[in-house]
Amino acid sequence: MNPANYLYLAALLFTIGAAGVLIRRNAIVVFMCVELMLNACNLAFVTFSRMHGNLDGQVIAFFTMVVAAAEVVVGLAIIVSIFRSRHSASVDDANLMKL
Amino acid sequence: METLIGLLVAAPLLGAAVLLIGGRRLDRSGHLLGTLLALVSFAFAVVLFADMLGKSADHRTLTSTLFTWVPVESFQAQVGFQLDQLSMTFVLLITGVGSLIHIYSIGYMEHDENRRKFFGFLNLFLAAMLLLVLADNYFLLYAGWEGVGLASYLLIGFWQHKPSAATAAKKAFLVNRVGDIGLSVAIMLMFTTFGSFTFADVLPAAAKAGSAQHATITGIGFMLLLAACGKSAQVPLQSWLGDAMEGPTPVSALIHAATMVTAGVYLITRSGAIFNAAPDAQVAVVTVGAVTLLFGAIVGCAKDDIKKALAGSTMSQIGYMIMAAGLGPIGYVFAIMHLVTHGFFKAGLFLGAGSVMHGMNDEVDMRRYGGLRKFMPITFVTFGLGYLAIIGFPGLSGFFSKDKIIEAAFAKGGTEGWILGGCAMLGAAITAFYMTRVMLMTFFGEKRWVPDAEGHEPHPHESPSVMTIPMIILAFGSVFAGGLFSLNSRFVHWLEPVTGYSEGDSPVSTGAVTAGTLVLLVVGVGIAWLMYGRRPVPAVAPRGSLLTRAARRDLLQDDFNHVVLVRGGEHLTRSLVYLDHSLVDGVVNGTAASVGGLSGRLRKLQNGYVRSYAVSMLGGTAVVVAATLLMRAV
Repeated sequence: MNPANYLYLAALLFTIGAAGVLIRRNAIVVFMCVELMLNACNLAFVTFSRMHGNLDGQVIAFFTMVVAAAEVVVGLAIIVSIFRSRHSASVDDANLMKL
Repeated sequence: METLIGLLVAAPLLGAAVLLIGGRRLDRSGHLLGTLLALVSFAFAVVLFADMLGKSADHRTLTSTLFTWVPVESFQAQVGFQLDQLSMTFVLLITGVGSLIHIYSIGYMEHDENRRKFFGFLNLFLAAMLLLVLADNYFLLYAGWEGVGLASYLLIGFWQHKPSAATAAKKAFLVNRVGDIGLSVAIMLMFTTFGSFTFADVLPAAAKAGSAQHATITGIGFMLLLAACGKSAQVPLQSWLGDAMEGPTPVSALIHAATMVTAGVYLITRSGAIFNAAPDAQVAVVTVGAVTLLFGAIVGCAKDDIKKALAGSTMSQIGYMIMAAGLGPIGYVFAIMHLVTHGFFKAGLFLGAGSVMHGMNDEVDMRRYGGLRKFMPITFVTFGLGYLAIIGFPGLSGFFSKDKIIEAAFAKGGTEGWILGGCAMLGAAITAFYMTRVMLMTFFGEKRWVPDAEGHEPHPHESPSVMTIPMIILAFGSVFAGGLFSLNSRFVHWLEPVTGYSEGDSPVSTGAVTAGTLVLLVVGVGIAWLMYGRRPVPAVAPRGSLLTRAARRDLLQDDFNHVVLVRGGEHLTRSLVYLDHSLVDGVVNGTAASVGGLSGRLRKLQNGYVRSYAVSMLGGTAVVVAATLLMRAV
């Protein structure tokens, strides 16, 4: 199978994720979209690893997963605490950090 | 011998340092220490003089370099001294007359609680002036020059609790600054033109300079003249001298006779080679001298304040010297000779005036004197001898030195010679008039004494001997110095190796000049006697003619300065302030306002919505990626 197809898929997934981050208001969904973008990148890394015949991309993908796992822990904690204080999971409601 | 030159300056400098740092604990002995160190300096000067007389005329210059003051590449400012006949003359005058004034001040300042400080300043004055005349380069001369300015400021404003004295000191300092700028510019020009500022380099180079450097040398000459005008109180920088009378009288004597005002004459004579190479500058020098000698004389005629009348006289006499110095080698020697004789009789006159004031409860108005000759016989005789010397009474000092200057002025030749000679003779007549006026109003006529502000009747009495002895010594100088110098043209031979001398070609015979001057002298004295001797002097000054009133106001010098310089300066600053507010502040404030407005708009971007930040991040990433790809493609 042509490895380029995997790259197309990765680009598609990344675009969906980016669009989701920009469009959706629910913090959980935004968060999932971020994960989607990360995994799109992982897919691209693995594909490139395969295309170039070395393991660098694979290794980076594992790194990404570890970072993503850590990020999920922190991010979900933030979302939960925002929900507790504001009774909403909408990112637009957390807009106090402005002049 | 060379080390003595340094000690000459060091002695009074040490005195100044000890007296000023020592503080109150020296109050009882300070004046003696100051006087002693001035005398020590004089003793060194006498030793050096005796040593110098023992050598042949060509080997009389002593030099001594102490250390390098500012060593920067080719700019090597040395603290080096040069003692030649010209410096020696000044050193003897400064330390000799200076010491006498120190001694006199012991008596004069007896009741002043700051007498120690006064002597410290006097010593500083001597040290600065000695540094000025002993320096072997213009840079060190400038240091002495500034030192003299500082010391004069401190001394004129010595009674700074009087607002008038504080103002006078400031005025003297500021007017002197104008002249100082001239000297500093001259030194800069010398350095850029000749690559040096030592006398040994600059003066021969100026004498040999080609026509290419002519304009620069003329410029240097004008700048030096400006400097001399400031220090020597010549028109147009003369206005400080009259106000400088606010200082204690010994200070006036010191400024007018031994230090300060003679510095300009010294500078021009020392820089003779430069002026010889710049005829245009010389014309300016003689013009300044001739104008000032008449200016000062006219002012002196109208003043009722005895010290201010004498101040006008100093201005006039220095005008003679500057004029003589501007005549070139014909006149340098006589400028210095008149300077020395003037040092004697002017110091004597000022000390006499101080003695009169001492006896008259510090009254300075001559219209409130009168008939003092019976009460102050020694002051009367010494003042009288000084008076006869300054008007040029035959046989006394002023007669020899002033006549020589008048002859030299005629010897300049051509129309210029006639004009200058005429001015000088007219000046001699006016001198005779105003000095006779001072003499008659002070010592003759009936008593016009009035009680002072606190109601004390004046009880004129002779001053203590610590004051009269210096006056007597100075009177001896006033009488004999001129004759001694003129005997076998001794003074000319003495100074000729340094300043050069040429006879000049006078269209008028020496006898005719002397006779003419004597006739004018008699006329001046006669008119003064008719006005102030035969008739009683009114106790309140009459309104007087337009000229008299102008002369009382120093020929409107302050009014001129006020209208032209003060008002002009005010307008200038006001327009500069306006420019500052409108243009400079406008640009600055405008920039600030536009940056502020722009950031106000940009602030709206910070709306707090995560998604809009995400958009800008995405946009930024897209731009970076696009730019990277674009660069790859290129």
